[in-house]
Order: sequence, then C-alpha cells, then structure tokens
Amino acid sequence: MNIIVCIKQVPNTTDVKINPETNTLIRDGVESIINPFDTYALEEGIRLKERFGGKVTVVTMGPPQAEIALREAVSLGADDVILVSDRRFAGSDTWATSYTLSQAIKKIGEYDIIICGKQASDGDTAQVGPGISTHLEIPQVTYVKKIEQIDSGKAIVERMTEEGYEIIETPLPVLLTVVKEINSPRLPSLKGKMKSKKCEIIKWNADDISASLNDIGLDGSPTRVVKIFTPPQKCGGEMLTGEPDEIADKLSDIFKKAIVG
Amino acid sequence: MSDERVKIILNKCIGCGLCKPACPFGAIEIQNKKAVIDYTKCTFCGACKEVCKFQAVEVLEFEGPAGLDLSEYKDVWVFCEQKKGTVQSISHELLGQGRKLADDLGVKLCAIVLGDGMENKIEDIYHRGADIVYLVDNPKLKHYQDEPYTKVIIKLIQEYKPEIVLCGATVIGRSLISRVAIKINAGLTADCTGLDIDPDKKILLQTRPAFGGNIMATIITPNHRPQMATVRHKVFKEAKIDHSRKGKLIKKDYDDTTYFSSTKLLDLVEEIEETVNLSEADIIVSGGRGIGSPENFDIIKELAKVLGAAVGASRAAVDSDWIPYSHQVGQTGKTVCPKIYIACGISGQIQHLIGMQSSDIIVAINKDPEAPIFKVATYGIVGNLFQIVPALTKALQSKMGK
Amino acid sequence: MMNYLFTEEQQMIKELCRQIAVEKIKPVAAEYDEKEMFPWDIVKVLADADIFGIYIDQKYGGMGGGILEMAIATEELSWGCGGIALAFAATGLGTFPIILFGNEAQKEKYLSMVAKGTVAAFCLTEAEAGSDAGGIKTTAIKDGDHYILNGTKQWITNGGEADIYTVVAMTNKSKGARGASAFIVEKGTPGLSFSKKEKKLGIRGSSTTEVIFEDCKIHKDQLLDKEGMGFIVAMKTFDNSRPGVAAQAVGIAQRAVDEALAYTHTRHQFGKPVSSFQGVQFMLADMATQVEAARGLVYNAAKMVDAGEKDIAGVSAMCKLFASDVAMKVTTDAVQLFGGYGYMREYPVEKLMRDAKITQIYEGTNQIQRSVIAANMIKSLAKSK
Repeated sequence: MNIIVCIKQVPNTTDVKINPETNTLIRDGVESIINPFDTYALEEGIRLKERFGGKVTVVTMGPPQAEIALREAVSLGADDVILVSDRRFAGSDTWATSYTLSQAIKKIGEYDIIICGKQASDGDTAQVGPGISTHLEIPQVTYVKKIEQIDSGKAIVERMTEEGYEIIETPLPVLLTVVKEINSPRLPSLKGKMKSKKCEIIKWNADDISASLNDIGLDGSPTRVVKIFTPPQKCGGEMLTGEPDEIADKLSDIFKKAIVG
Repeated sequence: MSDERVKIILNKCIGCGLCKPACPFGAIEIQNKKAVIDYTKCTFCGACKEVCKFQAVEVLEFEGPAGLDLSEYKDVWVFCEQKKGTVQSISHELLGQGRKLADDLGVKLCAIVLGDGMENKIEDIYHRGADIVYLVDNPKLKHYQDEPYTKVIIKLIQEYKPEIVLCGATVIGRSLISRVAIKINAGLTADCTGLDIDPDKKILLQTRPAFGGNIMATIITPNHRPQMATVRHKVFKEAKIDHSRKGKLIKKDYDDTTYFSSTKLLDLVEEIEETVNLSEADIIVSGGRGIGSPENFDIIKELAKVLGAAVGASRAAVDSDWIPYSHQVGQTGKTVCPKIYIACGISGQIQHLIGMQSSDIIVAINKDPEAPIFKVATYGIVGNLFQIVPALTKALQSKMGK
Repeated sequence: MMNYLFTEEQQMIKELCRQIAVEKIKPVAAEYDEKEMFPWDIVKVLADADIFGIYIDQKYGGMGGGILEMAIATEELSWGCGGIALAFAATGLGTFPIILFGNEAQKEKYLSMVAKGTVAAFCLTEAEAGSDAGGIKTTAIKDGDHYILNGTKQWITNGGEADIYTVVAMTNKSKGARGASAFIVEKGTPGLSFSKKEKKLGIRGSSTTEVIFEDCKIHKDQLLDKEGMGFIVAMKTFDNSRPGVAAQAVGIAQRAVDEALAYTHTRHQFGKPVSSFQGVQFMLADMATQVEAARGLVYNAAKMVDAGEKDIAGVSAMCKLFASDVAMKVTTDAVQLFGGYGYMREYPVEKLMRDAKITQIYEGTNQIQRSVIAANMIKSLAKSK
C-alpha cells in the first residue's frame, strides 16, 4: 500500500510569547515542530504500513528549514520524505498551497491513501486537506477517527461529527484528514533517529512539480492579508475575595445576571 | 531578488526600525541603518508598509485572473446547514450577519438549502432575513455528503453568481466549502470573527485570529469571486425573527450525476453526551490539573448541572485520563466561546487560553495567584476550588430554585 | 553544565530517554508508585524506541553500545521514575551474564529477545545469602542431559514479570564458592514459580518477588560457561552493572535538584522567592555540585568498563557508593527545601527520597562497596611493593 502523509512545520505555540512593549509575537527562539495534528496522520500512515505493508512517503511544503520536520518524520518511521520548496511559493494561501501539494503528489504518482491532519495549529483553517483532494479529483473523508478496514480498493472509516460519528465507505485512492482520537503517536526510535540523520531529503521546486506559475504563491492565492493587528488584550479582571460562601454568593449573582440579561 | 512583492526603497528608508516590531513574521532586520527583509519569512502582508512614516516600503499589487468581470457577481449567500431536517443555529447566526452585509451593499440576502423535505422550513428562513431561498430538495441530499453537496453548490454559484458566500465553520461546513472554493477558484477565509464591508471598495473585510489568537489578520479577496468565509459558532448573534418578512423561493433540481457520491454513508452513530455539546454551550465549567483525580470531577459536574452547563477540561486533566478527550478545551481540543466560562484548577497554559479566551465572562478559580489564567479572567478567585465550587453550586441551587 | 563530550549517538540516547522520561514516565510515576504496578506500557515504549537494545551487539539486533550508553539511558529514565526505570536497568543485570559468559547459541537466542524488549532478571540473593554469596543454598543437580534446580531466591527485581532468569546455584556444595554455577531459566519452565510481590518503601513501580525452584528441570545447554563459574559470573556482572545502579542514583538525585530549584524559585516567603535566601542557595549549590561529581565518577567508571580495563572492581564500587550516598543526601535535602509540602505525597520529592534509599542497599550494600574499595587499595599496595 502506498501511503502519502502531508505535514506542516509550525511554531510550537506553547512557546509563543508576546513582547509586552510592542505587542508582537516574539518569534526568536521559538521552536518549530511538526503540526500536532499531522503527528496523528503520520502515526496512522505508519500503522497502515505495519498492517498492510508498503511505503510511507511524507511530503511537506515550506522553507528549507522544514527539512527538520521531515527528518523527524523519518525517525518515526517514514520511508521517503519530500520537501517542496521554492521562493516562488511565498505568500501562498490555502488555495495555492493545496494546488502545490497536489502537484507534488501527482509527481509521486502511485498512491492508495493520502492522510493529513485535520488542520494546522498555526492557521487552523482545515482547508488544505479538502483542497488537495479537490485538486486531485479524488474522494475525501474529513475528521476521521478510525480506519475500520481497507481491502479490495475500498476503505471503511469513522468520521467524527458534532453529535457522534458517521461510518463511511470510500473507494481508494482517498484523502483522509484525521483527528486526535485516531491514535496515540509513538516516540521516535533510536534506529529511526540514526536513519534520520543520514537519510536523503528529496527536494522539489516549482518546475520539478510542473506547477503553473499563475497558480502558486501570491499569484495563485485569491485571498490577501491586508492588515495585521493585535487583538485588544483582556487584562486583569476583578479579583473576588472573602470566605467561600461570600464568593459563591457574589458569583451566583453575576451568573444570574449574565444568563437572564 | 528583484521580483519580490515587498521592497524597501533604500533611499527613503532611514533605518528607524518602526517596521521591525510591526512585522508579525519576524522577517525584518535593521542592518547598516536600512531595513532588510528576510524573504524566507516574509508573506507580503504589508504590515511594514502601514507603519512606515517615510513611504519606504513598496508593496506590488497583483492583478486578478483575466476575463473575470467582478460586477457580474452580487448578493450575499448563506449556506444553511441542516441535520435531520433541522436548520442548525449556526445558520441563523450567519443569516443575522449576512443581513447586515447585504444591507451595507444594497443587495439581497439569499440562503441555500440542500436536503430532503425541507420546503416547510423555508418560511422560517425568510423570517430570519433571507430575501431569496435557493432550495435543492432531493432524497439523495438528505444527509450531508461531500461530493453531491459540492457539485450542487458549484452549480448554483455558477448560475447565480453571488459576491459573498458564508458558511459555518462546522465539520460539514469546513469539509464542503473548502472543496467548493478550490473548484471555482474562489478566495476562502476560515474562522472569521469579524465580517464587514469596506465602504469604499465594497468588498468583504474578513478578520480572523492567527497564531492561536495572538494576532488578528484582516483578509480580502480582491480579484476573485465569490468572496467566501467560514464563521465559528457563537461569533455572531442569531438573526431576529420577523414574522412579517416574506421571501422568494427558487427550487432547483439536477440530474443524477450531480447527486452521485463515490463515498457511501453506511451509518450514523449518535453518541449521547452526558452534558451539552461543548461548542454549542452557553456556559462551560472546566477542570484542570488542580482537580487531582477523576472522582473529583464530580464537583465540576454538579456545578455544571445546576447551571445547565457543559463540562470542559484542560489538556492536563485529559492526559491524566480523568475525563475523556471529547471534553478538552484548547488548541488540541475544542475552541469554545460561551457566555460564561468557569476555569477550576486550570493554570492557563497558552494552548488552553487559545481555546477559550474569547468567552464573554471568564471566571478563574486557582490556588496559585500567579497562574496565567488570571490574566484573561473577568473574575478571579485565589483559593481552594474544593471549597469554592461546592459553595457556588449550593448558592446557585438556592437562587435558581427561587 | 558540565559537558561530557558525548558522541552523536550518546547524545541521541540521552535526548530520547529524557523525552520518554518527561512525556511517558513522569506523568504516570506517582500512579505506579501508589498502585505498585509493573510498568508494562513503559516497557513497550522503551522496546519500540530500541532502548532495550542499547548495550546489545548489533549482531543480535541491538544498538551496539556499552556500559556508558546504558548508564546514560538509566540516568535519564530514573529522572522520570527510579522504580519504572528498573524494568530496563534490572533487565541489564539479568542480561550481563549472557553477554559476558554466554555461548553463541545462548547469545543469539536471548540477546535478540532482550533487544526486542523481553524483560530479564538476575537471581543471586537468598534469605541467608546476601552480602555473603557463599551462603547460597539453591542447588542444581546434574541429571543426564539436565540439571534439576531446587531452592528459593529472594528480593528478585523483575521477579514474576521477566521472561529470562539468570540464576546462580550450587552444582557442587563441597567446593564452596567454586561449586557455584550460573544458568539461564525461562519463564514457563515447570517447577519455576514466584511468590507474591514484596511491599516496599520505594521503587514501587518495580516488581520484587521470590523466585522459587521446585524440581525445576532445565537442559544442560542452559548452563552459562562452565560448572563452577557461578561466582565469577556474579562478580563480573556486578562490576559491569554497578555503574548502572549509580546512574539510577544520579537520575533520581538530578530530579531532586531540578524539583527543589523550581520549587524554591516559585515559593514566596517574606515577600520574595525562597531561592533568594542564602541558606537555601548554599543547599542548592551543594546539591548540584554533589550530583555533578557523582555523574562524572559514574561516566568515567562506565568508560573504563567499556575500554576493557582490567581493574574495574574498585572504581565500579566507588561510583556506586558515592552516587547512591549523594542521591540519599540530595533527595533528603530536597524534601527539606520543600518544607511541609515535601513531606506530602501530593508533591514529588518524598518519593525521590524513598526511591533513593535502595541504591545504597542493593547490588551490594554501601558497606560492602567500601570493603571492595579497601580490598582493592590494599591489593594494589601489595602489588606495588
């Protein structure tokens, strides 16, 4: 089974701090990690390989330093890793990003299943996975929490909804976006870590993936950021003091007002 | 490189450094008294141009796809999400905001409804502000499925050319609208918390949080149509109901290939949650590491019961297996925006704050006065939650009882 | 922080084991301690991460490291929990006899198992044979192609949970110490059983039981080396394993320093953090210095073992003695720095103190270590003359 996993390198937001004077993000020294949701996608890909044999190819689009994320993927069990990187990709929104990744996947060629995390922790859009499946014109199932079975060109999966889950049968190839419930990602192994130091990173630019220049980067992005600002900070509310009963009394009045009003 | 879209005009730049902190992506350094852009980080957002007092930043504008006549596109559309024949409350919220946008533009507000046997629900959608309802009623659209829904909406958009399409940032909405936007080469902005019309350009200003809510970005779709956006629950107020309102129904039906789905929905399983759905809840009582054990969550549940609230939890509590993951609030859990959020024994790690900081009222109960949760709290209580929470439950019982 | 100039591989082991300690062990340590459970889920994590194979030859599926690599891993895992780390460290103790004295067939079979995550145990101590191993009562009587084992081993770490037991038993009582031999016994062999788990002061996330042999019949191929080599096997095993115990002590001690530093920094009294008081600072400084000294001793002893140095009994004993005494002192100081909170089980330091105590006792009490050290000193004086 040929499995493709798409990952994104993101800043580790647990480390994100705000400069209190300028109210901007302090990005120096912020560690980059694999998007947490993508770690579930990668784990599921590796588990599928362990169950059905085959190969896990991990692809990421990003700056040259995204290589680190790919090496981490190798330490966890990925076979081939591809970095799609080009200055001309800069300014890509989700449209251009999903186009670029779908072109890379077309170049990879044979695949049975593509797995993405449900969304990235820095953008939170959840648009790139469905975008890739649309560009590739293959079916998708989003928010997958369990792959029940895969055989004879079909998969049966469970898709999370707000109320419970749906059981969906899909033909292969298919793109799945996965949620946290699907598994618990492993830690790297020593052998994997050693392999990751030496492994070759396949690097593709816009020409390698035969991308149309009108569809990548800023030119391929319908949306445009026009303004960035810091939200008004909520700061220092009212502290309630006193005996538990007094506090409870004050709070219950506040609640009553908020609920009724 | 000469083809960069953001350039520093060197003879105007005095190296004042104003642009450096303004850059949300840390892409500007001051070297030899000139601003230097690191193009591996720059996303051409233009934040530097806005703060520059010397007109030393040039941002090259991009020209849209050839042959697209933007003036052909008008009206504001809302995708009305239905489940089991019931239009979801998120759609009522979108109708409320959609009405404002349509009025600002002087165009019609239209709703799209896909389902089976939905015609008797249309009246209510008029009452909530829609001028036109596009209804595609077919047994094959009874339950949401990616492919038929995508195809139907594309056909509607191509025929009627709306300028704006709004959709809920729900499981269905996010899966559906992303596919539609790719297919018709439209701009799509996720999880908007603000939607306004630029009074001069008459385009949609979409404001959304980025980097976990630490910064806000305003996004436009200058050259593509329609302008599409998803909106999370509880961001906008539900439309007011006006029973006198009337609207026009346009029914459409398509051939079977449009309704074909290569994926098959085999079954729908509803999981009965012990309390209210977190993202829908008006009140949430959450517990964190300070709760200490699964049994201790009972006091949280009791308070939630009295308030008719949902039970939330921090990642620490979930990771300790005190409560299932479905209760987790925060970056790797659910993002919530209730009227009241009560954080008990939660220190307030950034990944938790991201998920709840836009709540109207935040109450924090923690024994550590230094806990970061107090920075976002509307009301803070430093003390023992095992005394305060039960006392609060009791106080509410007697007050609510009256 | 001291730089020990690790190789890339050693650095990788250190980072991965610390990651496991932080992400997998630390969050569950208190629960395992409380419930006195064997940490099978952590064993699986360690096996999947190739940690069990660190000190095993690559030929048998291991990573080809030595005692230093093992010490680094043990230290980091013990930082997470000294009890849980024993599933790994005591497997090393049970495996060294096979590494040091096993024939090719025994190595091929058992080392491959351990590299994949099979737990092992070493069975020497008996009720009347602790420090004085000459008092061993367990017998192994030759019976054709087999040996029949009878007797009871006491306080066996990983007892009942391990699948491989290396056992020292008397094949010829009349020869005293020279009549002892070492065997490999697999779990499931008829006649092999275990008592219920012992209730312990600390390292409660480890299993300690009696290992009972009742007409336990094993094939003669299970004999390690030759008959009569039992005590040599035991002594050489301990020379190799003592840096491991010492590393466990360093890991526990380092955790105590880290906890104490963090706590005294956040705890405010008289309007300032207690870490700003000189009395507290002096304690923190002494703790950190002692731990660093112990670590240096452990790593250097481990390097000597790996380099194949002959006279390692003395330094091996020194590092175990010093590191375990430091662990006891530093963890006691950490409890003191936490004040009343330190005495409470809700906080992590009382457990460290309980866990540290065993490192002064097992694999030879610290009194025995002193005897070994002194004996070596006297021996070398005699030699130099």
